[in-house]
Amino acid sequence: MKVKITVTPKKAVFDPQGKAVQNALEHMGYQGIEAVHVGRYIEIDMDGDRETLRPQVDEACHRFLSNPVIEDYSFEIE
Amino acid sequence: MRFGVLQFPGSNCDQDCVHAIRNGIGHPAELLWHKESDLGDTEAVVIPGGFSYGDYLRTGAIARFSPIMEAVKRFANDGGLVLGICNGFQILCEAGLLPGALVRNRSLHFRCEWVYLNTLTDRTPLTQGIPPDRLLRMPIAHGDGCFFIDAEGLAQLKQNDQVLWQYVDAEGKPTEEANPNGSLENIAGIANRQGNVAGLMPHPERACESLLGGTDGCLIFQSLIEAHQQQSSPTMAT
Repeated sequence: MKVKITVTPKKAVFDPQGKAVQNALEHMGYQGIEAVHVGRYIEIDMDGDRETLRPQVDEACHRFLSNPVIEDYSFEIE
Repeated sequence: MRFGVLQFPGSNCDQDCVHAIRNGIGHPAELLWHKESDLGDTEAVVIPGGFSYGDYLRTGAIARFSPIMEAVKRFANDGGLVLGICNGFQILCEAGLLPGALVRNRSLHFRCEWVYLNTLTDRTPLTQGIPPDRLLRMPIAHGDGCFFIDAEGLAQLKQNDQVLWQYVDAEGKPTEEANPNGSLENIAGIANRQGNVAGLMPHPERACESLLGGTDGCLIFQSLIEAHQQQSSPTMAT
């Protein structure tokens, strides 16, 4: 299975990278941009079925792949 | 007092710490490789600055799983003195030994300069010996030093007297200009609730010899040593 994990900064955390990218996009002429958030994408190839993998991936995201103090995560198993 | 300075792949202030403690402060210091699982006869742990594991994933995120960190956790939970400097501060936050997290500097720039620090409490081993109203001048060198914690966590830090140092200007005011990284409330260093584990972004080990531009870093190490000596010596009857 392929596990696709997305980690993004929490809304309360100032995201200077997102702000810098937003400024650059606006400078390039793109309009209507309300917010940009820069996060991290992690792909893991794992053996197992979706039901057994889900709690393991969730735990790994919580303990290691994201920092719950500053980041949120979501994932898909395909 | 015997200091143990941790060494991870990517640490780069480990030798500086050993040098500063031995030659600036005059106490023994040994390096402890991250694969060790025992701190030996160490009486205080220093987690030095650098880029442990290349800062991969997040700063300090991988180092916290090194075998030595289990020993550091046991040591800290037994009341042992632990000081994290720069990357060491980031590792302590990732390990859950200190609250909050260090994120990218607001400016996105790596800041390498001298700053002034105000000491906010004399309650902890690292700060008890610092004279009141004495600003500390010390260098910083980091890209991820913006201290963040949620509103509830910040309130607890302040209520429990856990904020040790704030970035201030030369007059001692915590202005926005004096804040090099965008840290909440100019926070430069904090301690755990018990006060035996502390972290700061500035580098006291780089300010222990006048040849290097200042000796204010000595005050932090000396405070720690005095606190340890008071703990170890029998209480004097008064």
